[in-house]
Formats: sequence, structure tokens, C-alpha cells
Amino acid sequence: MNELHAGKSGGDTLLDIENVERIFGGGRKLFGGKMPAVHAVQGLTLNVRRGETLGVVGESGCGKSTLARLVVGLDLPTAGTITFDGEDLTALARRNRNALARKVQYVFQDPVASLNPRKTIRTILEAPLKHLTDLDARGRERRLEELLEAVNLAPEFLERYPHEFSGGQAQRIGIARALAAGPELIVLDEPVSALDVSVQAQVLNLLDALKEKFGLTYIFISHDLSVVESVSNRVAVMYFGRMAELGPAKEIFKHPLHPYTDLLMRSAPAPGRHDLLSEDAAAELPDPYNPPPGCAFAARCPRKSDLCLSARPAPDAARGQDENHFAACHHPLPRA
Amino acid sequence: MAAYIARRLLAAIPVLFGLTIIVFLIMAMIPGDPATAILGSYATPENVARLNRELGLDKTLFEQYVIWIGNLFQGDLGRSYTLNRPVLDEVLERFSATLILAGTSLVLCSVFGLLAGIVSAVRQYGWADKIITLLVLVGISTPSFWLGLILILIFAVNLRLFPASGMYAIYGGSDLPDLIHHLTLPALTLSVVATGVIARLTRTAMLEVLRQDYIRTARAKGLSERKVIYKHAFKSALVGVVPVIGIQAGFVIGGAVYIETVFQWPGIGSMLVTAISTRDLLLVQGGVLVVAAAYVLFNLFADVVQTLLDPRLR
Amino acid sequence: MTDTTQTVEMKPKRTSARPGTLALLLNNSLATGGLIVLVAICLIALAAPLLPLADPDVTAPVDRLQPVFSDGHLLGTDHLGRDLLSRLIWGTRVSLAVGLSATVIAAFFGSLLGLVAGYAGGRVDTLIMRGIDMVMAFPYILLALAIVAVLGPGLLNALYAIALVNIPFFARNIRGITLGLSRREFVDAARLSGKSPAQILFLEILPNVLPVIVITMSTTVGWMILETAGLSFLGLGAQPPQADLGSMLGEGRKILFTAPHVSVIPGLMIFALVMSINLFGDGVRDVLDPRLRAGSLTRPVARTAVERGDAPVPPPSGKGGVLDVRDMRTEFEIGGSVYKAVGGVDLTLAAGECLGIVGESGSGKSVTAMSIMGLVPTPPGRIAGGAAYLDGEDLFAVSDRRIRKLRGSAVAYVFQDPLSTLHPLFTVGDQLREAIGTHQPLSAAEVKARAIELLSLVRIPNAKERLSAYPHELSGGMRQRVCIAMALANDAKVLIADEPTTALDVTVQSQILTLMNGLRRDRNAAILFITHDFGVVSAICDRVAVMYAGRIVETGRTNEVLASPQHPYTAKLIECVPVLGEPERRLDAIEGRPPVVNNLPDGCAFADRCGRVRPECRSGEIALVISREDRGVRCLYPLNTEGAA
Repeated sequence: MNELHAGKSGGDTLLDIENVERIFGGGRKLFGGKMPAVHAVQGLTLNVRRGETLGVVGESGCGKSTLARLVVGLDLPTAGTITFDGEDLTALARRNRNALARKVQYVFQDPVASLNPRKTIRTILEAPLKHLTDLDARGRERRLEELLEAVNLAPEFLERYPHEFSGGQAQRIGIARALAAGPELIVLDEPVSALDVSVQAQVLNLLDALKEKFGLTYIFISHDLSVVESVSNRVAVMYFGRMAELGPAKEIFKHPLHPYTDLLMRSAPAPGRHDLLSEDAAAELPDPYNPPPGCAFAARCPRKSDLCLSARPAPDAARGQDENHFAACHHPLPRA
Repeated sequence: MAAYIARRLLAAIPVLFGLTIIVFLIMAMIPGDPATAILGSYATPENVARLNRELGLDKTLFEQYVIWIGNLFQGDLGRSYTLNRPVLDEVLERFSATLILAGTSLVLCSVFGLLAGIVSAVRQYGWADKIITLLVLVGISTPSFWLGLILILIFAVNLRLFPASGMYAIYGGSDLPDLIHHLTLPALTLSVVATGVIARLTRTAMLEVLRQDYIRTARAKGLSERKVIYKHAFKSALVGVVPVIGIQAGFVIGGAVYIETVFQWPGIGSMLVTAISTRDLLLVQGGVLVVAAAYVLFNLFADVVQTLLDPRLR
Repeated sequence: MTDTTQTVEMKPKRTSARPGTLALLLNNSLATGGLIVLVAICLIALAAPLLPLADPDVTAPVDRLQPVFSDGHLLGTDHLGRDLLSRLIWGTRVSLAVGLSATVIAAFFGSLLGLVAGYAGGRVDTLIMRGIDMVMAFPYILLALAIVAVLGPGLLNALYAIALVNIPFFARNIRGITLGLSRREFVDAARLSGKSPAQILFLEILPNVLPVIVITMSTTVGWMILETAGLSFLGLGAQPPQADLGSMLGEGRKILFTAPHVSVIPGLMIFALVMSINLFGDGVRDVLDPRLRAGSLTRPVARTAVERGDAPVPPPSGKGGVLDVRDMRTEFEIGGSVYKAVGGVDLTLAAGECLGIVGESGSGKSVTAMSIMGLVPTPPGRIAGGAAYLDGEDLFAVSDRRIRKLRGSAVAYVFQDPLSTLHPLFTVGDQLREAIGTHQPLSAAEVKARAIELLSLVRIPNAKERLSAYPHELSGGMRQRVCIAMALANDAKVLIADEPTTALDVTVQSQILTLMNGLRRDRNAAILFITHDFGVVSAICDRVAVMYAGRIVETGRTNEVLASPQHPYTAKLIECVPVLGEPERRLDAIEGRPPVVNNLPDGCAFADRCGRVRPECRSGEIALVISREDRGVRCLYPLNTEGAA
């Protein structure tokens, strides 16, 4: 298996991301001189299988939100290809955005900000029905009712404005909007991190039920490991714009290969846990304008060697026992 | 920092070039034939054609511009036909008078505006705030040219405290006290509106800043209220106010047109008004160009000050 | 049937929550006054052809320069014997029409340019804005003069000139707003709903920009009237015999000394007109600008108001920790209703101890923390009862001077978002030195040495060089370290940390928690740690207090509360969070929402969401029952009590 196919595996692949890169900046200034460029996402290869939930974890600046925007076509990759159900997604996003929007939808992090403050919920939910489906007025009305019922909201909410809703309710509306046109894949970009913990659980349970009911596929992006673990079949751990580790959720959390995954897991506070792992020095992300030549995590890594500083590990440099478990690491953790 | 200033100066060059193009185009767009305007409507077609050739008006617009800008670099802005003297000489002479008037007003409005704004914000909803707010509203609602007339009526005609017009007394005096004596009324009149605008903005900026988290931090550190307001809050507010002072400089220079007319101040504003009514277009062109260039440079200065205050802009 | 009942129910609720725009406007007496004057002037101007006025342009040299109140000429006549009243009213008509038209033209084209530039971004934006910058590079009136010079004097030309020079003003304003809006998530959402760019710009963004356009128009229309009057005054606008207010003034100027009323009257009219427009415009702005509507521009005073009324101040509890909060109540008065954010909280904090306050948003945990040193903004907040004793000294009773002395020295704060809590315009060193210098009489060199020492203490590498860094040059974790260093500057006895790690990444969070834990052990400082995360509590807190709707519902040692929560809310709160390593656990969500603290139900605030609720829970006052030392619960039917209580 070569590097390009490291992230792939058999099964019914719905979304295929191959060697995708997204660079911001880097254009030329008016008077010569190159503007500094940042690689938000680089060399990313992974696939999403029909019907699964793929969790994507990472800290701020790891590129997970960029990945989300690329998948729904809000942003276009500067290199690499994204294929959805055998069709070139990037080309589709350029050619016919609505066709893509019918298949792939998005749920936003900030539920209130994702609703136009000057529109009623009815107008907001009708927009995708009008533009993405060929339902007539009556069909739309019926569909609206179905949607509200699906997300447990009372029909009278339709005439209200977003500011009258709590975060949890607003997020249900956001989910209803994503469901409206009957997509196959929904990208959930930190869907619960703006919510209070008690509401968070309501929304997570709802997402679970909807997936079952409509046969959806999720990409679930979050910085919260425990949330990702509780919802995902497979998990991708990202660091500094690249894939650090990819594998089945159970495997990754039981037997992490990448020291970064291990650090993340042991840093996460949990009730009843007193001994948080903490790096000694004030370790931080490398400068994005001046990325290191080797492994981006090397500066913080307890297992680093000279090799890590000079050569960047391939995405499948390390393999776990499960055939679908890879990590970009020269010195993976031994199986505990 | 020096690099930043150099960068800003470089960036000002295209703006200045743009200015020359706009000024040139405006003048080129003037309907009617300048030669006819100069020679009068009884001129023979041959004379008109000859004058057009002499003025270079038979060339393409681009060629005309190149010639014009070439002359500009040599300090030649043409000759005013009404005054029969080089435009540049007249413009520079007049401009220095405007600079004295507008500069004084700008200093006055910055000082009073900032003070009034701070007092207003610190005493929000108190008597001082109410009075200042009302005065500010009156100030920005009063036509400055009318205010000038009223001040002349009161202080020059009735009380005879200040002269009604001019820059220096006609006989004798051309010293500083005489200048200040003549300057007081017009400078005050000119600064009223800008003072109001700056005071208003300072008040809003201060109130906004005083709600910021870092003000709470300053208080949590145990700082005195004086330090919180005049050091922490004022510096932040100033970052927002400085560019407005830059913009107000434009309004002050513009307002000088009225004030110079009312007080017969021998500045560039009154010159422009006369030049427009006598259709002395070269004079208008030169005047507009010089004032606009000065304004660009002043705003550059305001930008640099703002950047000095706010490290995030560097 | 059901439909009608629902709408009937909903309507009064909505009006009470958000008073109509007009009602708000009329509440403002100045704006109302302005509106009345403005309407009166407009009506008179509109009715000019119907009024029994003399012809404004008919000259009568015999009657020239009649004074005010003369026969047949209420306001006198001008130098040509024309009736001033008539000229004034007709002139107002012209000035109004010109000013309004100029505003509408400028607003239309300016807003259009701004919308397109802000939404399109990239090259289009650069192109439009460079052009706008070019126009703005001219002093305002100068450009108008130049345009009039080209077009020739005349009222219509003056109108065009004024409109044109105001276009950049609108364009810039609207572009800024549009740019901000088009990065908002709802725009992306509309895109994903299948809307075209034009639909997004005009149907999604424009409705949100419209209030700003209206505000800008209402604040500039007065200015435009002034400017057109100015051009006419100079003789470049209205040409004789037509008169607007400016040209009347211009003509009157020539005879200022002999007949001042000829110029004073039109000037007064301009002033009245513009003043009324400005008053009204300010009112419109206040109503339409949501920031102002929420009263958010009210300046908070240095210390929270204490209005404990006649209620007795509770004495310190016998336990006598460093910090002893007794029955503290903090309220916010917003729009006529009182929000009891903190409704009687008791806390004791022993030296070197870390007490966690856990709760969801709106539970009152942060307000509790801020109330202690009077950092709750007043208005609208006030401390309405109770006491906070620091070593026996009632913090709500001491002088402002004393509280300043204690702030940052005996009691220091660490806040949530380290970027917004550090002053962006001062270096880290400046801010640190200030914290030290305020409370310790040290020389500059000593202060600097101490600052470096503090930065090293919080493990900031290259402490000496970092002194000259600005906050934006540091990462989030580094900034929070600086904040902690600042809090430690004067050996505080009590550290109050309000969600200090919430804005940070997990790995950085664990660094900061480890740092804080180490520091408190070394320095025996007590920490009051506010958080929403039981995991964080586990990592650092000895004891924990759970807050719900402004009150403590359960308190105890961290291990005990986590292992056997007694309040149903605590139990649910722990259960509904996923735990790493237990993916199979079904999340047990709490249905419903917490009550709003301006309308708390009788009895237990959690009753509506509680699975164990019984009728008794909904009445009376439910006390915090202290069962054992450090262990208390505010519940009639607690869990896990093994028959003890």
C-alpha cells in the first residue's frame, strides 16, 4: 500500500479525500514580494464510509474547520481531490453548488450566529426546500412539519425569530435546516461546544436518533475527545494541518499509536481524575509561517529522535493491530 | 517603526498621483472652450485655434496630462489670468494663511473635543454630561458661516472686542499679537463643528472602552479610578479618535472656505470661491491640488500616530 | 382553534419583551421634541402654496428693509423689499428638498457600492475602495467646490456635488458592516441552503444592513442641508431669484450691519431645522442600534453598588476561613425587571484550599465571583444583601479606598479570556509592573526584577525578553500565564479564577491547571475556582459547590460529590457528560431549560426538570441542609443519603 492509499480501506466509501491541501495567503503583493502563506490543511488523505460517523479531533489551528468547509464546498482545496460517491466534489461545487448542497450539509458551531436574526424560523427552514428541492407549497409545508417533529420542536416556533431561542433550540433548528433537503452526509462542526453540558447531551442524543432514522453519514468535528469517542465509529486525530492518527474509535482510544493522541487523552480532564498529564515546558504549536521540516509535534514529543526533526513521517508510518489503524509517527507508542 | 513610516510614505505616492489625475480630469471635463472663455465670444476662429495650440489643448488628453504633470514637477501650475501672476505663488501665499487658521482650529477642536468627550463619559448622565451633550448638538447643528456673522455682530460690531475681518490690521501691525487678535473669532467659529464631532466620538469611544474586560482587569489590580480612566481607557479611546481627527482636518479645511469668506481671511478658501465665480480654472486647479496634497499628508501623519498608539496595527 | 389560542398567548409576550420601535422613540423626550419641530417645519414647507403668503420673488423697492413685525411683513423685508416670511418658507422648502434628495442619492449609491465591495471582497473590493479612498483624499467641501466649478453654479449642481462627496461616507460605513456580516455563519448557511450570491446579498445581508443605512441617513441629512446651504451662501448654489435658506443668508450678509435680521432669520431657520433633524436622528440611532438599546453603553462605575437595605447583615460564620461569604445576593435591574443572579450564597474558603463553583451558564457562578470584590458592573448590577468577610472584614462595608487596596493584593483575579482581559496597547511588562507598583513601594529596578521573577514563576521562557511583548504577540496559554503572574504579584491570600481555562485548548488547559495547583501548594493561597466542567473540578478542587439558578444546591468534598451526588441536578449534570473511555455509556440528558432568574418559581428551581419531583417541592423555601461537615444539599428528597438525613 503506498502513501496515497494509507487512509483508505475497503467498504462502501461515500467520501474520498485524497492528498488535499489548502493554503491561505501566499499571493503576490502589488510590488513583488511574496505574501506569507499558511498551510491550513496539508497532505490529507482519508475516506468516510456510508453510514458511519467519522470523528475528527484536534486543537485550535489543526485544520479541522478548514477540512469541514472543504467537504461542504464552502472552500475549495488548492491541491488534491475530494470525491463524493464517485463524483468530483470540487468540480461539482464550482459547477453546481446546489447539487452538492443536496447531498452534503453542514451544522454550525455557533447555533445562534448561524440563523439570520431578521428572518423567522419558517423563512430560514423554507430556504433549502425552495432552492434545493422541487416541492410545491403544500409539500414544503408538510416537510416543515416533519422536520420540526424530527428535531422535537413545537410547530408554533415557525413564526418566531432566532433571538427568542436558547442555544439548544437554535441548534435543533440548525440541524433541521441541514436535514431539509435530505442530504446523505452531514458535517457537524463542533455542534455542541457552544452549548451548556445539560443541553449538549440532548443534542447528541438527537443526532444519534436522526442518523438512525434517516440513514445519515456524519463527519463529527470536535475538540472534545470524550464527545468524539461517544459518537464515532472511526476517529481522525489532526495536528498542525496534517493527519496524526486515523483508526477505529475503540482502537485509537485504547491503544493510541501517536504520542500526540496519548497527550490529548491524558490531558482531558474527567470527573474523578486527579492526575492530568502535563508537559513540563510551556510547549506550543510551531510557527505556521515557518513550519519545521520534520514532524510538527517533535518539539513537544517525549519520544522524538533526530529522525523526527529532519524527516516528516508518512501518514501510515506506524500501523496498529487493526488493519485500518495508522499514525504519522516514526516512534509509535508500544501496545500497552 | 521607521520601516512602517517609510512604507506608509511610499503608499501615499500612488494616492498623490491619483489626486493629480482626478484634479486634471475634473478640469478637462469642464464644458465649453477655455480659449473662448479667455478671448471672449467675439474671438476669431483662427485666434481660438492658435490659443488652443499654445495651451496644448489640441493634443490628446494623455499627452496633455503628461505635459501638465511635467510642468507640475517643475513647480509650474500655470498662470492665473485674473491675477496675472503664477498660480503657484498665489496658492502658496494663500495657503499659508489658511494653514494658520485651520491649524489653530484643529488644535482647538482636538483639545476641547477630547476634554469635553472625556468629561461627558466620566460623568455620564450627570449635569456636565447633559450640558456638554446639548452644547455639542447645538454646535453641530449651527451653520458655521452664520455663526461667524453672529459673532461679528456681537463681538466686532457691538462690543468692538475683535476685528470683523482680515488677517492683520491694515495700518501698522503685522506682529503676533495682532495676528492672534484677528485670528480669534474665525478660528473659534471654524472649530465649533469639529469640536462637537470629536467630543461626541470621544464620549462614545470612552464609554465603549470602559466596558471592556481589560478595564475590569485594571480595576481588579487595585488601580485608582484616575489611572483606569486616564491611562487605560483614554489610550484605547484615542486609537479610535485619532483617525477621526484626521478626517476632521478635512472638514476644517473645507469649512475654512466659508469662514474665510465671512471674515475676509486672505486664505485659499476665499481665493477658490472667487476663482470659481470668475472661472479662473487654473487657479482652482492649483488650489485644489495643493490643499488635497496637504490633507493626504496630514492623514498620513494621523495614521502614523494611530500606529504608534496601537502595536497591533504594526 | 388551537392555532388561535397559541397566537393569542404569544402576542402579549412578544410586545412586552420588545417594545415597538416607535414606542421606544417616543420615550426619548429630546427625540420627540425634535420630531415635533421637524414635522411642523415640514408641514409648513409643504403647505407653502396653500398659505396666504406674498409672492417670494416680487420686489418692492419702496418697502425695502422693513424691520421684523412691521405691517404686512411679519418678519420684515429684504433689500429688494421681498417678504422675508414668504421667502423663508419657500426657501425652507427648497433646502429640505435638496438636502433630502442629496441624502437619498448618496445613501443609494454609497450603500450599493459598500454592499457590493463588502460582499464580493477580493479584487472588486480593492478596486471600489481604492476609488473611494481617492475621493476621500480630498477635503470634503473642496471636492464639492471643484465639482461645482466644473458644472457651473446652480442648485441642482450643488445637489449633485453634495451627494457625490457623501457617497464615500456611506460606502465605507456600509462596506464595513457588510464585510462583518458576510463572514457570519448565517451567510454560509444561506449559501448551503442553495441561495445565489445576489439573493444572499439582498435578502440575507441587506435586511441586517438596513438599520445602519437608516442611522447613517438620519445622522447625515442635517449635515447635507448645512452643506447645500453653505454652497448657496457662497453664491454657488441657488441662483437668484430662486432662494434657499443659504442664498438668503448670503444676500443678507452684505447688509449685516444695517439690517441684521435679514441674515439672522434664515440662519435661525437652518439651525432649527438641522437641530430638530439631529435630535430626531439621535433618537433613531439609539433605537435602531442594538448595542445602545441593550443599555450596554452605560458606563460601569468603579465598584458594584451595595444596597443592602434594612436587612440585617449576617455575622461571619464560626468556621472563619480566609474568605467567608454569607447570604450574598446580587441583582441586575434591566428594563424594569429584577434578575436575581445570585440569590443568597454562603461560601467559606480556608487558607490554601481550592473551592470549585460549578454551574451552567446563567447559574450565577461568575456573578458570585465578581461580587466579592465589587467587580459586577453597576449599572445594572447591585449587591442587594449579605456580606463577604475577608479575615473578618466586611468587604461590602469598607471604603472604596480600602477595596482598591485589597484588590490585586489580598484578593486577586484570573479571568476567562486572556486576550480580552489584558490591555492590548500596553506591553506585558508594563501591565505586570503596574500590578506590582500599585501595591508595593519598590524602585523601578526592583519592580522590574520582580516582574521577571514572576514570569519565570509561571514558567514563561525568556522572561526578560517577554516583558516587552504585547499581549497579541503571545499565544493563549502564554497570555493566561501572564494573567496568573499578575494575580500572584502581591502574594494574594485568595485567588478568584473565573473559568481560567475555558478558552484554552485541552493540552494547554492541563498545563495551566498543573501550574495553578503547584503554585497554590507552594504559596498556601486559597483559590475560588469557577468552572462548568466537573473534570476540571476533579483535577484541582478540594471542595465543590454546585450552583443552579443563583443558589448553591449542593456542596461537599469533591470526591464525595462526584461519587455520590445527593442533589438530582448534580447527579444529572455528572451523568450527561460523556466520559473518556466509556463510549458505551448512554448519555442521560436533562430535559428542559433552567428557569430565568427574573421569574423564579416558588420552591425548588429545579422542580420542573427533576424526575423525583413531588408536590412539596413546588412551595416554600427549601433550605440548604448541612448533613455533615462540608456536606450540604438543597433538596427535600436527596439521593445517596443512606438514611442519614
